[in-house]
This record gives sequence, C-alpha cells and structure tokens, in this order.
Amino acid sequence: MEFVASVIAWLADPAHWQGRDGIPIRLLEHVELSAASLLAGAAIALPFGFLVGHSGRGAFLVLSVANVGRALPSLAILGLALPFTIQLFHVLEFWPAFVALTVLAIPPILTNTWAGIRAVERDLVETSRGMGMSATQVLWRVEIPVALPVILGGLRTAAVQVVATATLGAYVAGGGFGRYVIDGIARNQLDRIFAGALLVAALSIATELAFAFLQRRLVSRGLRAATERTVPRTAT
Amino acid sequence: MPVEFRHVTKRYAGDLDAPAAVEDLSLTVPAGQTCVLVGPSGCGKTTTLKMVNRLVEPTSGQILIDGVDVARHDPVKLRRGIGYVIQQIGLFPHLTIGGNVAVVPELLGWHAARCRERADELLALVGLDPATYRARYPHELSGGERQRVGVARALAADPPVMLMDEPFGAVDPVVRERLQNEFLRLQADLAKTVLFVTHDIDEAIKLGDRVAVMDVGGRLAQYATPSELLTSPTSEFVARFVGADRGLKRLSLRRVGELPLAMPPVARVGDEAGPARARTLADPFPYLLLLDGLGRPVGWLDRDRIPTEGLLEERLAVPMSPLLEPETTLRDALSMLLAAEVQAGLVVDPRGAMVGMVTADQIGATLRAEGGRTAEGRRPAAAGGTR
Repeated sequence: MEFVASVIAWLADPAHWQGRDGIPIRLLEHVELSAASLLAGAAIALPFGFLVGHSGRGAFLVLSVANVGRALPSLAILGLALPFTIQLFHVLEFWPAFVALTVLAIPPILTNTWAGIRAVERDLVETSRGMGMSATQVLWRVEIPVALPVILGGLRTAAVQVVATATLGAYVAGGGFGRYVIDGIARNQLDRIFAGALLVAALSIATELAFAFLQRRLVSRGLRAATERTVPRTAT
Repeated sequence: MPVEFRHVTKRYAGDLDAPAAVEDLSLTVPAGQTCVLVGPSGCGKTTTLKMVNRLVEPTSGQILIDGVDVARHDPVKLRRGIGYVIQQIGLFPHLTIGGNVAVVPELLGWHAARCRERADELLALVGLDPATYRARYPHELSGGERQRVGVARALAADPPVMLMDEPFGAVDPVVRERLQNEFLRLQADLAKTVLFVTHDIDEAIKLGDRVAVMDVGGRLAQYATPSELLTSPTSEFVARFVGADRGLKRLSLRRVGELPLAMPPVARVGDEAGPARARTLADPFPYLLLLDGLGRPVGWLDRDRIPTEGLLEERLAVPMSPLLEPETTLRDALSMLLAAEVQAGLVVDPRGAMVGMVTADQIGATLRAEGGRTAEGRRPAAAGGTR
C-alpha cells in the first residue's frame, strides 16, 4: 500500500509536471518518436505490401521479412542501429531508437497489408477488371478499401508495439517515458520506475483506442456490418 | 452489334497435349439477340465468354464485335463498353448499391450527378425502388436482389454487348424463374447482343434466341434455335444433353402469355358479398377470386362459402394458386401447378396485378397439340449462323 501511495504521490507531484524532465515534455518526446517510426515503417511497408498483395508475387519475401523482423529483439536492433546512426548523424538520442522502432513497425504492417489484399476475393478482382478497371484502379478502388480493416489492424498492432518499445529509446540517451524507468533504475527510485511504466501502459492503451476509433471512421459500413451482420436480410 | 467468333482456339500454356479449352470455335451472334452457351463443366463456355472481353486471350483465331477484332482495342476501354455479370455477382462490399451501379459511369468520367441519376434509373429498371435501395450495402440484400443489382450495374453505361456467366446460378429456383422472366422483359426492350453461359439446358431453351451446345474439349456440338435443338439434335451428344424428355421440354418453348387466358369470377376486398355471390353462382367456374385494392390476387372463395350479405373480407379467402408471369414457360407453369396440387395458376403482371388464369387442362391440351406435330419455332426462324 505504501508503495502504491508513493507512486501516486510521485505522479501527483507538480514538480514532475514541468521542466525538461516533466511528464508533458516526456509525453511529447515519446509520441514524437513513436509517430515518426510508425510513419516511416508504414511508408516502407504499405507500398511494398500493396505491390506484393496485388501482383501475388514475392510472398516469400514478405514472410521472410516478417519472420526475421519478429525474431530480432528490439534491443538487438537498437544495438545494431547504434554504430550506423552515430556515423550518419553524429548524435545519439532520437535516431538509433527511430531506426530500431521503424524496423519493429514494418513486419505487422507488411504482413497485414499483404494478407488483407490477398484475401480480397479473386472473383471481385476479376469482375473489377471485367468492368474496365485498370490495374491501379483495381488496387485503389477495390483491393485497398476492401482490405482496409486488415490493413488498419496491422497499423494498430505496429503502433502499440512501437509505443511500448519506444521506452527503450532512453537506453541510448533518448527521451520519452523510458527516461523515468532508466533513470529510476540508475537512482534506485522504485516509485519513478513504476510511474514511468504506468505512463507507458496508459499511452499504449490510448493508442489502441485511437486506432479503434480510426478503424470505425475509415472502414465502410458495408464491410463492418458484413462481419457483424446487424441488419436483417430483406426478402426478394 | 453482332459478335463473331472465327476459328477461335484456346489452349492454356504448358498444356499442349491436353485437350484445348476451346477448339476451333466459329459462330455468329446476330445483333440484338441472346446466344446461350450451354454444356457440361469443362466444355470451355466460360473461357469462350472471357475471350470476348479479353480476360482470356485466344491462342489463335479472332473475335469480332461489330466487325472489329477485339484484339485491336485497348482491353480496359473495350471492357467498359461490354456489360459483365458473373455468378458470384462480385458486388463491391464497401460501396452502396447506388455506388455499385455507378462504377462504370464513374470510370467513364461522367459527372457525379449524372452517375447518381443513371444508378437510380437502372435500379428502377430492374425492379428495385431507388429510394429504398440506393444507400444500402450489398450484404443487406437477398441473393435475388443482389443479382438484380449485378444486372443493373452491367447495364449502367448502356453497353451494346452483354456477357453473362451463370448470372442466375446462385439463387433458388423460384427466384431464378422470376429473374429469367425479368431478363426476357428487359431484353425485349433493350435488345442487347447477349452471350449467356449456363449449364442448365432448360434455362438455355427459355432464354436463348440461339443456343450453342458445347462438348468437353471446347468443341461446338450444335448451334441452333431452341426449337431446332429439341426437334432435330444433330448428334448423340446433343440428344443426350437435351434429355430424353424432349417432348416435355418443348413446353419450355411456349410462354404462359401466349395462351388465351381465362378469367374466373373476381371481386375486390370490401365489395358487397351478395352480388359477387350471384355472379359466381352463374359462372361455370366454381370459385370466386378475391383481389386487393391494387388488383393483386388475395385468394379463392368456394362459391358455397360466399356470405349472402355483408362485405367481402380478406380472411375469407384461401391463397393456394401459384403466381405465374406472362414470361413463365408452360413447363415451369405445369411443374408449379403440380407442386402446389392445384388446377389453376394465376398470371400476374410485374406489379403483381391479376392478368388471367391458366389451367392444367390448357397446358395438357398444348402438350398434346405440340406432340402431334413437329414443333415449330416460337419466333420466325432467325437468320442462320455459321454451322
């Protein structure tokens, strides 16, 4: 009980809500790093997933990338990225973590995009072609919108993983909520460690909810209800 | 626009020794007519269809639409000018019904307002109220409704040629019969050049101006009008495919609307019972048919059960006769009467209003008359195609 009270006290302390090491700044850093990594991951994985899903070729590559990506511990990627980014940017902080998190974001986005597009019924694709859609039109007007729930699912998984893992950025002098955990360990302050962990968990949950909302807004009602089947069928 | 196949052969790559999917096919579909391709599975009928809009490219030979080789068109542009309906319908699940119907007009760059207008027009044409259906999604519709949307969508840009691949294959027999009737009504108005694939010989006989019977290996076994096919099959294969009940099938050549329709005594819900009773008693037909305010049949009243006074009420009537349409074939009508174990079927117009009555006796008489002589075509013999 005493411990819980100390964590609450830590979180409630106004001193922890201001300045360079205050919660608002750390939140901003954490979100900044996560969002940048997610966007970069999406910028690489989405087009690649569209291409492989649409053409039906290169599935082996997708699966290999996904498996290797999943097998590599994020910490290891962080270590691998370190020398490169130091050479490139001559600083620590943001970049090594950015590279590691981007690599982390790619597999779920890539596999879901690919699988989502592969799962679009071939009949639907052939009718689209038969009606006179070009390959690009089939992709943008049919395959992507129909696969959207699955694609967004991939982005959601990636986002949550990235937010949770962004904590590691603090190892390489980055910012974010990880600072509290790492510094807490260094200073042997349990309340700080635990408060940091709580903040990361809260942000992960918020990310999950934000994507759920996005999914609800972006996915066509025709697709959502197709799985929920809330509307009764009418007779002919 | 006529569609002509000239020595078209399709062999799938790496399958050189296997029988061709389509073997040296030559036939002409005259403009504005319906040609039904029928045959067992693996006879190449779907491949034949897909070569017209170049979803499949022939190994050799030519396909001409209005005299122009399809290979000379850009496939994407070619397809926008050809209506395409498949069995799985392929409605876009993420688009509304209105959006689905407007797909091709949108591809053609029509203005949004014109696309919407056209979608409404077509939904009405296939018997779906635009106000009710336009904003719905495909999963909210029944199989029959979706099939209608599929046809509306294929008609959207008013293409002169339509390709239909088992479009009514996935619905139950009652709905299929109604969709076939609608197809015949639409086709009578629109006169598209239609290539229609089915494995159901009855559907082929009912819908086709000409029927192409195909055999396994993609060979054309016979290309003829439905009545020729029934009276003089040119090979053992065609005879077997058409079936042993060719006499009965000849009933498929005749439509209910061609018979002189009788009219039973009728009255409307809410009419005085007394005069209606008197009229029914004076009529040789022993039942009174009750209609609703829109002229749609409600049911029958035995003449002895008609009240002597008061108003006729809906609950008095017994609905039992199957509803037929003028386009229903006599064969389907007979099987519906047998299934319902009744003597008479009611013929209604597309709005459901009473047109007349057909009895099993009438159909029997037609069958006897047809059996006595060689059946003649239900239409003046069309100009012969190749083969």
